Amino acid sequence: MRHTDREYEQELQQLRDAVLLMGARVEQMTSGALSAFERLDLELAKATIALDEEIDRLEMDIDERCVRVLARRQPVASDLRFITTTLKIVTDLERVGDLAVNLCERVLELDAETLKPVRVSLVQMGDVVSDMLHEALDAFIQADAARAERVILRDNVVDATYAKIFPELLGYMIQDTKSVAVAQKLQSIAKYLERMADHATNLGEMVVYMVRGEDKRHANKLGRS
Amino acid sequence: MTAKADVSMSPPLLGVSSSEDEPATRVAGETRATGRTATTKDESIKIRVEELRASYGDAEVLKGITLPIQSHKVTAIIGPSGCGKSTFIRCLNRMHEVTPGARAAGRVLLDGLDINREDVDPVRVRRRVGMVFQKPNPFPTMSIRDNVLAGLRLNGLRIKNPDALVERALRHVALWDEVKDVLSRAGTSLSGGQQQRLCIARTLALEPEVVLMDEPCSALDPVATAHVEELIHELRESYTIVIVTHNMQQAARVADFTAFFYMGLLVEYDLTDVIFTRPKERRTEDYITGRFG
Repeated sequence: MRHTDREYEQELQQLRDAVLLMGARVEQMTSGALSAFERLDLELAKATIALDEEIDRLEMDIDERCVRVLARRQPVASDLRFITTTLKIVTDLERVGDLAVNLCERVLELDAETLKPVRVSLVQMGDVVSDMLHEALDAFIQADAARAERVILRDNVVDATYAKIFPELLGYMIQDTKSVAVAQKLQSIAKYLERMADHATNLGEMVVYMVRGEDKRHANKLGRS
Repeated sequence: MTAKADVSMSPPLLGVSSSEDEPATRVAGETRATGRTATTKDESIKIRVEELRASYGDAEVLKGITLPIQSHKVTAIIGPSGCGKSTFIRCLNRMHEVTPGARAAGRVLLDGLDINREDVDPVRVRRRVGMVFQKPNPFPTMSIRDNVLAGLRLNGLRIKNPDALVERALRHVALWDEVKDVLSRAGTSLSGGQQQRLCIARTLALEPEVVLMDEPCSALDPVATAHVEELIHELRESYTIVIVTHNMQQAARVADFTAFFYMGLLVEYDLTDVIFTRPKERRTEDYITGRFG
């Protein structure tokens, strides 16, 4: 149901649109960074880095809108959960943008197609991460908690892949010390992807909170449901 | 609940006595003790409302409300106009029946005592359950001092040390410093916010156990409202408070528990934190977020 106050309704809609736009830009950066890595496309890497400025601007714009709604509307219940979730989501999205920049910077440093098998694993890992991010954002826009929960579950898949990559790289480094420099960069990229998945997981957790009012964070460690 | 011996208002108010007072206390005490054993198991509940129905003529305004009022807590009743929230609190001290054509059914158990029982004197109920109204209504012809004492005098109570009582009551509502030099001035000479605090002092002078507030800040500016809200926080230590408010932010600020009424029914009752962050009922959600109707 819509708000009786149309202006308020419009403010919330504009905020939703702004998050949607920021999400789309972050997805664009992530997929750009991954394509640049896969194809060693240096131009694409540079173009992707340039997108970060817009992400930063959007983050500030959304924060400001949220603060304005808090100050002027004193939102409660689902509106309050939407605003507080949005404030946190943009921080995660901005971090994903930064990680995409980091990934592109490593791509610019990679000059040869060595350690192919690890690269293939990383590309596959990247596909999962991209999909998690996409699903988390869709879950946010559609207020779909079940979809968000499926995103949270996929973090384990990414963590498992990440755990396998380091020993694999270590093997290459031991075999051939000339591979150390490249292996180190690939290890960094693996770390960036693993972090991106963590941020996508955070988004999923926040969507569950926004929709149901349930806090899913740290469920295992703190012994809460 | 051992009468009000431990509340901060008590020392000067113990100076109040009347021929009626002793039996009244004793009778109430006995009834309460009996009632408690018989019906009220949970000591934290001050008033237990069960299947309360109320009507004016043919119009049924409350359609069966069951709600606990927790002791020493603030319970806010929210809901759109006509939902029955004012009628509800007027049923808690038998003010409802004062309106011609008004009827009520169901049970209102004050410490286990059914206040609607035939042998219960409504005047005594109102001494235990006081009320503060929407518009500050000090008696226009009375001084500030006499306004504080008015309730006691109207109840025919002898006041042993009126000056100390007036000071204590006015201190309790944080009005003493502002009015101590002008006590003989008319109550109506005060600002709206001060008048409302004076009315609260007048209610507290009767040493009630429960204070009902019907939109107590709707005629006040934000600063005066903040004073009254601050006062509500403090009063909770000594009294059980039920507040009806149109201002949802006010309910969110002052209440421990919030009940949402709609068309004479209780839609949802929960901790205020829960109601304002994750209400369970769609109608509550729609009302508090402004998506109603």
